[in-house]
Amino acid sequence: MSRFKSIKPGDPLPERQFKLDNVQLFLYNSALWNAHRIHYDYPYATDVEGYPGLVIAGPLLGGRRTLREIKWLGDDGKLTSVEYSNRKASYIGETLRSGGKVVSSEQDSGTVELEMYIKNEADEIITPGTAIVRFPVE
Amino acid sequence: MSKLLTSELLANIGRSAPPRQEVVTRRDIRKYSVATGQRLEKYLAGDEAPPMYHLALFWDVVELDELTPDGVSIDTLLPKFPLERAMAGGLKIDYHKAIFPGDILVCTRVLTDIYEKQGSQGPLIFYEVTMEVENESGEPVLTEKTTRILR
Repeated sequence: MSRFKSIKPGDPLPERQFKLDNVQLFLYNSALWNAHRIHYDYPYATDVEGYPGLVIAGPLLGGRRTLREIKWLGDDGKLTSVEYSNRKASYIGETLRSGGKVVSSEQDSGTVELEMYIKNEADEIITPGTAIVRFPVE
Repeated sequence: MSKLLTSELLANIGRSAPPRQEVVTRRDIRKYSVATGQRLEKYLAGDEAPPMYHLALFWDVVELDELTPDGVSIDTLLPKFPLERAMAGGLKIDYHKAIFPGDILVCTRVLTDIYEKQGSQGPLIFYEVTMEVENESGEPVLTEKTTRILR
């Protein structure tokens, strides 16, 4: 049986802590063919662009955030839409947390809207967003 | 009132890039899945592409002399803006079909908006690019709207 019927607005997606290192950032940008120096050239990122460290690629954070949704979906849910914005940069070495909650749940269509976030060590939301997921209706 | 954006720059809204076709491979899905820390076996084995894999599939592969000094590829869809340091803005993706190895996908990109805002450290230029991805049969696979920020 689909677990859709047990999902209610306000249900939390428990927070998970994670830390991205420069090996993962390197592999990510290599997979994309992204040569932007702020992600691997420390003197450039800090001295020229004025960042405090190597910048984590925005889409990598977005991709990381969707991991929470995928895990929450389980076997029968389907991700139909995601949206996020990169409000603040984050840097290699920072401990980040992702989480969210159920905003709405439509019984007829099996559609659930999630509000999602990634927070930094200062407890600031750096990547807010939403996701729409759909479950089979029995 | 916009200070940086001239009517010539704004006239680029609506401009489109030629369609691009790419083949999805199991190896590329696996690389992307490892790099983004996926946990599900279907993604790690390359049996299906995880969400946002299309970013890797359609990221421009350019030659070294086509990169700016900061390592960014010059996007020929874009006009020359008066600000040049790029930051990630945001993304909205609507998924229509899953992506599997062997799929041949076609993407078309349109510059759908350009606007200016005042940031805490000076003016910022925002631009939006809308990407439509279809399979060989012309069925929609996903629609992505990217916002990038220049400072």
